[in-house]
Formats: sequence, C-alpha cells, structure tokens
Amino acid sequence: MAAKKSPKPNIADDSIWVLGTHMTRFGRYPDKDSVDLASTSAIAALQDGGVTIHDMDVLAAGCLLGQGGMAQRIQKQIGQTGIPAYNVTNACATGATAIRTVFLHISAGEADMGIAVGVEQMGKMGLLGGAGSKKEKKVFEPGGRYGAVTGIDGYLGTEGMPGVFAQAGMEYAHDHSGVDFEQFARVAYKNHLHSTLNPLAQYRKDFSMEEIMGAPTMSYPNTLLMCCPTGDGAAAAVLVSGERLKSMPRRVQKRAVKISASVLTSDPYTEASQVQPDVNTLTRNAAAQAYEKAGVAPEDLDLVELHDCFATAELIHYDNLGLCERGGAGDFIDSGAPFRDGRTPVNVSGGLISKGHPIGATGVANIFEVTTHLRGEAGDRQINGAKVGLAHVIGLGSACGIHILEKAA
Amino acid sequence: MVSPTPSAQVPLVDYLRIGARPYLRAHECTSCGARFFDRRVACASCGKQEFRNARVKNSGHVKAFSIVHRAAPGIPAPYVSAVVETIDGTTVRSNIVNCDATPEAVSLGMSVKLTTYPIGTDDDGTEAIAFGYEPS
Ligand SMILES: [Zn+2]
Repeated sequence: MAAKKSPKPNIADDSIWVLGTHMTRFGRYPDKDSVDLASTSAIAALQDGGVTIHDMDVLAAGCLLGQGGMAQRIQKQIGQTGIPAYNVTNACATGATAIRTVFLHISAGEADMGIAVGVEQMGKMGLLGGAGSKKEKKVFEPGGRYGAVTGIDGYLGTEGMPGVFAQAGMEYAHDHSGVDFEQFARVAYKNHLHSTLNPLAQYRKDFSMEEIMGAPTMSYPNTLLMCCPTGDGAAAAVLVSGERLKSMPRRVQKRAVKISASVLTSDPYTEASQVQPDVNTLTRNAAAQAYEKAGVAPEDLDLVELHDCFATAELIHYDNLGLCERGGAGDFIDSGAPFRDGRTPVNVSGGLISKGHPIGATGVANIFEVTTHLRGEAGDRQINGAKVGLAHVIGLGSACGIHILEKAA
Repeated sequence: MVSPTPSAQVPLVDYLRIGARPYLRAHECTSCGARFFDRRVACASCGKQEFRNARVKNSGHVKAFSIVHRAAPGIPAPYVSAVVETIDGTTVRSNIVNCDATPEAVSLGMSVKLTTYPIGTDDDGTEAIAFGYEPS
C-alpha cells in the first residue's frame, strides 16, 4: 500500500529473538516415542523460522525422564551437523533451561542461531508425583540423610506434589486471611474454560465450579480437576541474534519476537524451605530480575503463561510475579483480572491444568504460546493487540525460569 | 501407648529422640543459628561447617496443611500433612495426628504439640516410632 518500504524495525546487534517456534498438541501418543515428538517439533520450528538444521550453531534438548542423550538422538533424526549439543534437566524448569542455554550461547557470541527443544513422554503415569514410595524393609535400619528406618512419605507429611503445592497455597492462606477453597477452585475453572479455545490443549472441556469443587480430593484443597494431568508432547524454538536477524527479509523480521529478559534462579536459603520447598522466594527474585532487565512492569504485560501445576500454585504466583498487590491474590482472581477478557490474562492456553504438562516440553511450550500471541497468530484464543508477554516455570528442588517477550517494533 | 521395652524400639528418623520425653534434635549452625534435620556437610545459610545439637521445642502451630487422600502405597488415607512452626521458630514437616482428617477439624494457626506413636514392627520384633503433632 505504501510506496516506500516500511521502516526497519529497531533490532540491536546484541539482542536475541525467537525466529521460529512450534508445539505438538499435548496428549497421548502411544504410537510414537519422545524422539519422534521432539524431532517433529524441531523440524516444524525450523520451517516456521525459514531456516534449516544447517543454519543452527547450537542445540539444547530438555527431557527430564527417559534414557538421556535426547539432543544427540534428535540430531540423528534431523541432521548430525556436529554442532555443540546440550542435554538439559532442571525439574519442571527443564524446557526453560534449554531455551536459556541457547540464549546464553548466542549472547556469549559463540552462536548466531540455535534451537531449543523440550519433550516428554509420560504416558498414563497417573498424577505427577501422586504416588510412589520406598517399600517397607523387613529390618528397621537407619539409612539416608535423615537416618530413616523406612519411607517417610505419609508418616512425616506428604512428599506428593499435589500435597506439597496444596501446602504452599495454604501457607499463603495462613499469611493472608480471606483466601479460601473457592478461590483456588476458580483458578482451575478459568484454565479449563480457556482451554476450550486452544486446539493444542490436551483437554478442551469446561467445568462448573460445582464440578471442580466436587471432584475427588487429591490433596485438599486440590481436587482432581485442580491438578495438571500427565501427558506426552514436544515444543521447539529457534533463537537468532539481532545482528543476524538484521540481514533477514523484512517479512521474517516482522514475525520475530524479542526476548527482553531471560532469567534463571534457584531457591535461596530460607528457614522453612529446609522441610517444605519454598516456591515463592526464587520466583519473586526471578521476576524482579526479569522486569529490570526488560524495563517492563507487571502492568505492561498483555498476557502471562505461568506454572499452574496445581490451582494452589497459580494463585500464589499472581503475588510472586507482582500481578496483584502483596496479599491480594484472592481478590485478583475474584475480580476476573486473570481471565482472558480481564486486565492481565493468565494461562489463556489452558495452562498446565488443562493444556497439559509433558514436563520437558512445558517451558518451551510457554515460549511458543506467548510468541504466537505477540505475532497475532493465536487464532480463536488470540489476545488482541498483545505486545508484551511473560512465560514462567518452576521446578521443585528448586529452579525458576522467566522469559519476557516483546513484539517486533 | 508405646511398648515398655526401649531396646526394642527405633525412631523412624534419627532426629527424633524417643524416651520418657521425646523431642526433635536439630543440627544448629554455631555461626548463624540455622537449623537442619538431615546429615550436614556445611550450612546452607552461611556455608560454615560447625554444628551443635539443639533441642527443638515441642509446641507450635500449624502454618500450612493438606488433607491427603491419594497417599503413597501402604499409607492409610486420608491423613493430615502439615508444616508446623515451633515456638522457637523451627519449621517441621509432619502429620497432624489424633485429629479427624477433614478441613473442618484442622485450622491454620491451630496450636499443636509433639507426640509419638508406633508405625510397625520388623521381623526382629523392633518397633519403629514416628512423631506427629496433635491439637493442644
Ligand atoms: Zn550457618
């Protein structure tokens, strides 16, 4: 329409961008293995960016379970080009750590382009960490770092994920009165509702508040419908340096999404975290670093994909990520703010609760989701006019990854 | 309620001290005062390597809890899992016992105190003793 070329986007040489990305639908793939899923997603992400494996200078693969060596097994399917390949595990932050590995390689000047792939094949494992414990010995002999004579899970509190995250939510309720079961349930209501618009989600069914609150209790207050399922899936992202992106066609530049912040934290010492993982402090630390690096405030975010492994987790991360006032997470969900038509849409993909949580894929799939919205390519679930988004994951142990993404100028 | 022969009893974990007045023993950093229940190499708070044994107070309150319905194999469910803060500021993970496993029976901030109970006997006749906290 304009006679002259459109103005060139502002691309700094030392900036880093998402060039191409893809995710498989999350779900069950009994006829494929994790190498099939990861390789399929990797090729699709390369095609999305208009590049090939021969353009890649580095590959990082995140896969928490399985036999290991995923990066090289992907290479053997899509191209053994001899580039450095990293195998990454970092609990539920595995995918985000793969992204950050490629990011660091580029920012160190050792690569112009690289690809991060996250994958998991979990099959029907049942709930994440919901079961499994040591078998009772016939002779009580002290062993391990606590000198335990048998498994302690269930005797000295729970080690199951639904219970650990339930307690994290209940601790928030303890510190901030007024937070209750119904507010935790409303988080799950929202994410199930959001997932009905996402063709890539494992489940796409909405549930009433009564159905969610009346579902079988896993670990109070988390009912079955407030817990993420297990599943299979993969996601991939191709990253490129600003310097290299500048040499690419305008149409490619327009779809590129800038990574304004890439942050990884672990849990600093806190007294209580010696017995119960502290999922708050490292998330708050990561958020503070990410906002400062990106020069972005929580109010600037057009969408957030955060780690809702359980409904209780999402609620406390509203506070940890500064999306609400301190102590105000209950009011935040009640106000409708994190619904897709609210002030700060959270988990418009359906989140882990309904989109699914193939562990290694999750932290890459969040990047896919935010990138797709910033490109304006999210179809029915598109958040219109989205310019800035945040992707957050946390793995118990603990590791927290946050990326802030911005639309090309 | 505990068997009368102390020699035939063993604590579930080595930081539980059983006997006439059971208590929890923490490794306390002599430098910064941080407390740990596991075997230590160094302090997670300050990095120093010197520890002393500290006797954790038996009274506290419930800081967080969950009613666990889907339990590990062999564990009776539902049960109450909790994070307890003792009156000397030590955080302990434990079950709440002698209390119904319902959200109505447990409350945040509820006062509790340490108790012990047997959880089973091995093939040599040795009884394992666990600890829990009960409403006080
Ligand atoms: Zn210390």
